[in-house]
Amino acid sequence: MNSKLTRRRFIKGVIFSGAAATSGAGLYLAQAQQGAGAAERLVNLNINGRTRPVDVLPSETLAYTLRYKLDLTGTKIGCNRGECGACTVLIDGVPNYSCSVLTHNVKDKAVISIEGVKAADGTLHAVQAAFVAENSPQCGFCTPGQVMSAVALLNNNPSPTREEVRAGLSGNLCRCGAYEHYINGVLRASGQLA
Amino acid sequence: MSMHIGRDFVPPDVPGKVTGEIKYAEDYKAEGMVFARMLTSPLPSGRVVDIDASEALRMDGVLGILTADDLPPTPPPGNPPLASEYVTYVGQPILAVAATSEEIAESAIDAIRIDFERRDFTVDPLESLSPGGSNAYPEGNVLVRTREEGPEGTPILSAEIKDIKWPQSAIDAMRNGQSPDGGEFTTNWEFGDLDAAFAAADEVIEQPFVTIGYPHHSLEARTCMAYWENGKCYFHGSSQSQSANNAGLARMLNIDLADLVFINEATGGGFGSKIGPYPFMSITGNFSRVLNRPVQLRITREQEFYIGSARSGIQGWLKVGCTSDGKVTGVDLAIVNDGGATGGGSGNSSAQHVTVCLQPDAMRYRGISVYTNTTPRGAQRGPGQNEMAPILAPITDKLAQSIGMDRVRFRQINALRSSGYQGGSQGPVTSSFISEALAQGTRAFNWAEREQQPRDLGGSKRRGIGLGIGYHGAGGRGYDGLLRITPDGILQIHSGVGNLGTYSYASNARTAAEVMQMPWERTVIHRGRSDRHLPHSSGQGGSNTVFTHARTNWVAGEDLITKMKEIAAMDLGGEADDYEIGGERVFRSDDNSVGLTYAQTAQRAIQLGGRYDGSEYADDLNLLTQLAVQGVQGTGLVGAAKDNIPGQGQPPGNIIGFVEIELDTDTGKMEILDYVGVADCGTVQHPKNFDNAMRGGAVWGVGLTNLERHVYDPQNGLPANTGLYQSKPPTNMDVPVDTISQAVNIPDPQNPTGGRGIGEPTQGAMAAALASAITDALDGHLFNSAPTTADMIVDHLAGNDYTTKSLKTNTF
Repeated sequence: MNSKLTRRRFIKGVIFSGAAATSGAGLYLAQAQQGAGAAERLVNLNINGRTRPVDVLPSETLAYTLRYKLDLTGTKIGCNRGECGACTVLIDGVPNYSCSVLTHNVKDKAVISIEGVKAADGTLHAVQAAFVAENSPQCGFCTPGQVMSAVALLNNNPSPTREEVRAGLSGNLCRCGAYEHYINGVLRASGQLA
Repeated sequence: MSMHIGRDFVPPDVPGKVTGEIKYAEDYKAEGMVFARMLTSPLPSGRVVDIDASEALRMDGVLGILTADDLPPTPPPGNPPLASEYVTYVGQPILAVAATSEEIAESAIDAIRIDFERRDFTVDPLESLSPGGSNAYPEGNVLVRTREEGPEGTPILSAEIKDIKWPQSAIDAMRNGQSPDGGEFTTNWEFGDLDAAFAAADEVIEQPFVTIGYPHHSLEARTCMAYWENGKCYFHGSSQSQSANNAGLARMLNIDLADLVFINEATGGGFGSKIGPYPFMSITGNFSRVLNRPVQLRITREQEFYIGSARSGIQGWLKVGCTSDGKVTGVDLAIVNDGGATGGGSGNSSAQHVTVCLQPDAMRYRGISVYTNTTPRGAQRGPGQNEMAPILAPITDKLAQSIGMDRVRFRQINALRSSGYQGGSQGPVTSSFISEALAQGTRAFNWAEREQQPRDLGGSKRRGIGLGIGYHGAGGRGYDGLLRITPDGILQIHSGVGNLGTYSYASNARTAAEVMQMPWERTVIHRGRSDRHLPHSSGQGGSNTVFTHARTNWVAGEDLITKMKEIAAMDLGGEADDYEIGGERVFRSDDNSVGLTYAQTAQRAIQLGGRYDGSEYADDLNLLTQLAVQGVQGTGLVGAAKDNIPGQGQPPGNIIGFVEIELDTDTGKMEILDYVGVADCGTVQHPKNFDNAMRGGAVWGVGLTNLERHVYDPQNGLPANTGLYQSKPPTNMDVPVDTISQAVNIPDPQNPTGGRGIGEPTQGAMAAALASAITDALDGHLFNSAPTTADMIVDHLAGNDYTTKSLKTNTF
């Protein structure tokens, strides 16, 4: 977790923006009122290597922006409260739960979502290819988040042990229980499993 | 040698899952789409007296409100999409508001004022059965299914709510681990001479037990989106099934089957909670029709807890007797189900699990399902059987040990064989090889060696060795298959099976390729939306599709082959029986140079029309299949058939689990050191996917036995664990991540490709084995409770009285 983007900081951000969550307790962004002195709403975001101008509300989460403003629906929202990891993206190379990151906090950072993982020519990333080979996904809803955590892990540790992979993916819940297959996939991607 | 069966392949939707390109219901948009939000009940029980939405309706951007008055009435015991007269659980949808943005819809919800009338509520089935206990509905507390004789002897099945109270003596007996005599049950069956069976027993054990229900928590909440065009409803729904939704959803929307396009390319989990159309779908479809705009109704994690269904909890009493040589003679079982707000329970299936594991000479079952003001209950992975698995395994161990018999041996003597029976009706099975699975697992796990190892590991560590049986009926009959050969020679496979993540739609498509002897790359699977002309199919649940739809694709393939041979005989002379197939050709058996390619038969079928190109079809096809055939008429050689393959009996899915744990007596926590699962599931169709199912189910087994449960506050009827964090579904740190999965791999004689399903018993096997191991680690102490959580273990070791004698489900 990026120390600058903790959940505590996120919550404080919501409170200070005057946009406490409403009774739905799960709305994907809190109701925002554009008050005096509010942050600039039109921001340039670096998403998957492209700079994209987006109209962003003060309390808007990155998951919301990606899915509903930029149509990058590969990022999934499973809980919207930092419990499942389905919405994991990389921010400056560090895996983060995008449901718990304010979009305004990433305007000077590089964000990689699942759509930015495979090569421009469509070639799958080694992690993606290994997940296919291991038949890792079951329902697939958590898979984009698993891919992002795995990519970050291998970027930092190209030859992790099985236990290191387990720890590296421990923030990604898989309700289908395909953990062993995801771990095998990461080991295959690292060249440790034929 | 099979071309496809038993060989690995990549199901066509897997790449889309690793790239994020595959679409789930919430990923779709439509031009002009608006957003709906729900207002849900803050009360566990009551009724809506008045709704004041005037302020909300004046807000800019608010488009409308939908209440129960706008939908067909759904009186109890139905589960209404929107509640009014009967509000029966916290979180129940009361109304929906549509607006041009989700934020406006949410603000409008906040502006609505509702007057409720409160009613008494209950979250505990035994409390409700007690004299003077509260009822979940004004009419009563028990769901009773009725069966009357209708016209010409046809049964009329229905259900009603009754008010049933037990004498205090029966309640006390249940709570104290005795037979609840004098209590009224609504399901009763018995076979054999029970008194004689117990008289013949050398050892008898009787125990109370409880398995607490818990939510499915599918990772994809059940968001829906619908729009209407030219009188047709296009419905994007999250469902584990495909064709099984159409008839019910069309009824909800009061439209013809032909006027519904159900779209469901991928589903983020279901586990039984999304087998068919659920009431909530009615809100989206009807709201869209009223507004004449596409409507998306997004569901939050908390709302998914409320409306996403849950396992029914059970509490009960079990008595088992056996002879000194290990034969189980008699079983007496009583179960009270917690039916939640929808009342249904699966105690009868729990009893079925006992029959499969023990095959008693005589057995009595008494069951009753009680409403509580908690979330709706429904099927959850192995409903009934899996609730019983972690209860029965330690009790079975205790019985074996009481006669000095090895625990594996005891199960080999008693468990279901091909000549055995299942359930209260003592119905037959298609085949069963549990004994072979036990033998194979014993070797793979080194059972004898491990069983001799010391349990005390020094300090606070204890070793536990356990085993258990998971079982579920695994197949159905009578559904339809639809295949085509197009003029380019491609085999077009139409699948009405859903995409839950089990990939059985693809495994079953392999059967079509197998029967047609087609290379896999020369096939195309059509699935995911009903306007792709999908046949009538079973629900994607109950571990059934491997058996059920291998058969439908097989019979559709045979229909294609029959027609191919007829066309060849017509054009090339001789009789149809003079021909055979191979290498994408139909040719004379005595001269393979005389024949037609598959492509040529497709071209001829179009010229011939009639039954060859789908212009005519068999009368016994389901209406949905008939519509699908009409949709592909004239596009090639069409094979469509209903599964009329002869046979009888239930195809069982059986798994044996073996587990070793290390339990810390200071913390109550355990680590699973090894797990071996051995499946008796007929011929493995797709090895990699077999592994996936085995391991995923085992993870669920850990949740059932060690972690997951509903928690409701009995004072206010409020749920205490609506989120994932509090519900404790297993993470990868809670489960073993290097396990062994094997199969007996003896083909089932009633499936042409030999397979039976295993989706559900995979959980039961781990759940049973883990419960067995916990008891083994603690000198044979029976918790008789699922889950057995760390705090319960610590309480036991500290001598605190935390036992099933309280027999509470749902509550603190």
